[in-house]
Amino acid sequence: MARQTLAQMSGALATGETTSRALTEAALGRIDGGDSELNSFINVCADEALAAADAADQRRAAGDAGPLTGIPIAHKDIFCTAGVPTTCGSRMLQDFVPPYDATVVRRLAAAGVVTVGKTNMDEFAMGSSNETSYFGVVRNPWDPDRSPGGSSGGSAAAVAAGLVVAATGTDTGGSIRQPAALTGITGVKPTYGRVSRYGMIAFASSLDQAGVLTVTAEDAAMLLQAMAGFDPHDSTSADAPVPDYVTALGEDLAGKRIGVPGEFFDDGLDAECAAAVRDALAVLEGMGATIQEISLPNIGLSVPTYYIVAPAEASSNLSRYDGVRFGYRHADAADLEEMYKLTRKEGFGAEVKRRIMTGTYVLSAGYYDAYYLQAQKARQLIAADFRRAFESVDIVAGPTAPTPAFRLGEKTDDPVQMYLNDIYTIGANLAGLPGASLPCGLVNGLPVGLQLIGPAFGEAAVLNIAHQYQQATDWHLAEPGA
Amino acid sequence: MEWETVIGLEIHAQLATRSKIFSGSSTAYGAEPNTQANLIDLGYPGVLPVLNAEAVRLAAKFGLAIGATVSRRSIFARKNYFYPDLPKGYQISQYELPIVEQGSLTIRLDDGTEKVIGITRAHLEEDAGKSLHENLGDATGIDLNRAGTPLLEIVSEPDMRSAREAATYMRAIHQLVRYLDICDGNMQEGSFRCDANVSVRPSGEAKLGTRAELKNLNSFRFIEKAIEYEIERQIDIIEGGGKVVQETRLYDSDRDETRSMRSKEEAHDYRYFPDPDLLPVELDDAFIKEVEAELPELPWIKAQRFAEEFGLRRDDIDILTASRATADYFEAVAATLGDDPKLAANWVVGELSGALNRDGLEIEASRVPPHALGELLQRIKDGTISGKIAKEVFEAMWNGEGTADEIIENKGLKQITDRDAIEQLVDVTLSTSAEQVQQYRDGNQKVLGFFVGQVMKASQGKANPKQVNEILRQKLSDEAE
Repeated sequence: MARQTLAQMSGALATGETTSRALTEAALGRIDGGDSELNSFINVCADEALAAADAADQRRAAGDAGPLTGIPIAHKDIFCTAGVPTTCGSRMLQDFVPPYDATVVRRLAAAGVVTVGKTNMDEFAMGSSNETSYFGVVRNPWDPDRSPGGSSGGSAAAVAAGLVVAATGTDTGGSIRQPAALTGITGVKPTYGRVSRYGMIAFASSLDQAGVLTVTAEDAAMLLQAMAGFDPHDSTSADAPVPDYVTALGEDLAGKRIGVPGEFFDDGLDAECAAAVRDALAVLEGMGATIQEISLPNIGLSVPTYYIVAPAEASSNLSRYDGVRFGYRHADAADLEEMYKLTRKEGFGAEVKRRIMTGTYVLSAGYYDAYYLQAQKARQLIAADFRRAFESVDIVAGPTAPTPAFRLGEKTDDPVQMYLNDIYTIGANLAGLPGASLPCGLVNGLPVGLQLIGPAFGEAAVLNIAHQYQQATDWHLAEPGA
Repeated sequence: MEWETVIGLEIHAQLATRSKIFSGSSTAYGAEPNTQANLIDLGYPGVLPVLNAEAVRLAAKFGLAIGATVSRRSIFARKNYFYPDLPKGYQISQYELPIVEQGSLTIRLDDGTEKVIGITRAHLEEDAGKSLHENLGDATGIDLNRAGTPLLEIVSEPDMRSAREAATYMRAIHQLVRYLDICDGNMQEGSFRCDANVSVRPSGEAKLGTRAELKNLNSFRFIEKAIEYEIERQIDIIEGGGKVVQETRLYDSDRDETRSMRSKEEAHDYRYFPDPDLLPVELDDAFIKEVEAELPELPWIKAQRFAEEFGLRRDDIDILTASRATADYFEAVAATLGDDPKLAANWVVGELSGALNRDGLEIEASRVPPHALGELLQRIKDGTISGKIAKEVFEAMWNGEGTADEIIENKGLKQITDRDAIEQLVDVTLSTSAEQVQQYRDGNQKVLGFFVGQVMKASQGKANPKQVNEILRQKLSDEAE
């Protein structure tokens, strides 16, 4: 049986074939039965979900339903949810219950979306394997010995396993696209500023962006339509109109110019993954798009640049976790300094501490110019490379990750190997561009992702090409264990 | 050896916005702890700052008033350090590109000469909260009502050469921010406070000495005393063969001394970097023009006008232009009175200021409004009452007993100018003071004062003193012949 999509659920709700109550109960039942092994949820909020489902059904009965009304989804546990614990995958926030909803949560709830729970993630979104979560690793539904990727690994695994039809995620260096690729689903990271960051717990503020993990590009378009747009609570959100993403899906690919950066097909890319991506490009070419080789000469600076900028911002963003006002506090410290030290020592995991230390170092007097300032310059060069590329192409395409899902524990001892997993995705974050990952094949029974990167605010173009590809292929409908 | 003192000030002026610089919480002073701190002020996970446009406008106003460059593009940065009353673990401030750069303020020194003090920059930042220790045993309480209150940090050049100059400059900035209506200037509530960088060097030496930073000087008196103490301390160290160390020192007003707070080695590395949560502040010419149009008459321009227009003495001008409210009050009195600005000035500087001080009132809350005072002075001018009686009338007005005319009428204070009536009083006085009359005749002219006093007393102060003098002289000389 093929996977059910969000669009199909929406249709079934509209015709009265099903109810939100039924869909929500089914989702809760699947989570109950199927998640003990995956560990993709940190918290399930069944009572709230059923109440929201009933409200959605009443809304529909009153003739006030939109396309998303009554659809049960999950939120990455980085989005604040009023009254529902929000841990960010950290011991530091184990018992933190936000008194407010993130804008993303609020907007989706206003559209009638039902939240069934909060998904597991790398601690403070720092990781590419979901192994840094305080709440345990998440397993890949395609092979429980493998990682679902990260940091939105819980969202990816939950959607891939069919527990929920869609989940939100965040992407700072690939945290939506890489797990989508590793679990065989569709993941979309919008342009920086397209979706409000308010209420989304900050990792690296100039890179973080909220997005979605779904079965299809169409599903992603439907959710983004409700999530995107200016938010007065986020000064960095773009005050620009949101186009109709769903309508744009239907556009013909004839004449679309797809640029393929030679740099993405380097020695680090698994040969079979490369072949799957090449095959996908051939499909697009067959549908009328033109494929041209391009160059992003500075893209090689992405990983080192990212691992200066992101930790620098993180070291500052995570200073608020000091045990004073909320979150974990070491209870019996002798004095203030000891309280700070023990709270942060015990509240944060190793990867978070590594990044705080890296970030503190690169911002320190005497090192700022050599690291942080240089990284800002490199970031400008990378962004300029993309701008130049988009003068001659409509979309940039390539692999999402260098390999299919790797084994749990395989890279945990070598942070640099782990960081290199994001080598193809980081560029879009540094340049603030929209990107997507789509399933485009299986290698040894494991999914491979095709990455699409669009120009700033070009989500419609990314979704259009992704949707057209999914009209011609069915990799996105492949299910683990099928 | 002769020593020269070098002082630069960092003044923190709390901007008079209704809400905080990055959140919608109220900035009102004195509320119950933590009742004016929302999730943004508390630095909750996921919240973001949104800049208060009014704070930008007020900062721009200050920049224009001191003839500075108001930056068309300024940037907020994070200043990182841990402290319990700093919720986010960083303070949002401006570092590399502040909103105001390169201005100056001319101050008037005690000897009447003027001196230009350079103002390097003024930048926007958020205030921290407060740590509370009273009645909490070993615990420390945190009150975040003040966290996120907008501050303008005004950084001077090291242009001041004495404690007195520093205090004069601080007063001038205090006067200016209140003129501009950008800060209430309340030093008790911490709305206006100051840190001073102080160093000494041998006279004639070009190189600056090692400086100490004196923290939290929250009165004009303390800044002078603290700097004076610090100058002596530094000179003593150097003359004793020692070296001044760069450090932050706290002034203890109870003991009148400064104490080391932290050394250079213990100084924080603030790890400033641009705040990625806030966009650069971009200002266009239209905005600058708009703010420029809102500038009031500035204190030094007003002072010059008072000198030219009213011919007042410099000392009176300084008092009358100390605040806009005082100047406005004076001008309103002068306008009611018409053609005697000096009389108006004397009364505002004298009786009115005395009454306000006595009752601890600001001039805005004066019990006698300016037009009422003007009417009273009018009665002096037209001879209805004497200056002395006017003081009595003023007291009655202050106590809410009515208008000047009502009080003069009700109390029968109208001046006696009728010659016959005064002559009668004089006759009575002279007839009952035979001894003094004799003294006068023997050549003791000073006794005249005694007669004047007696007549005035008999008239209950209402007789026109000029006429009393005249008639007395005349009668005494008539009798002498």
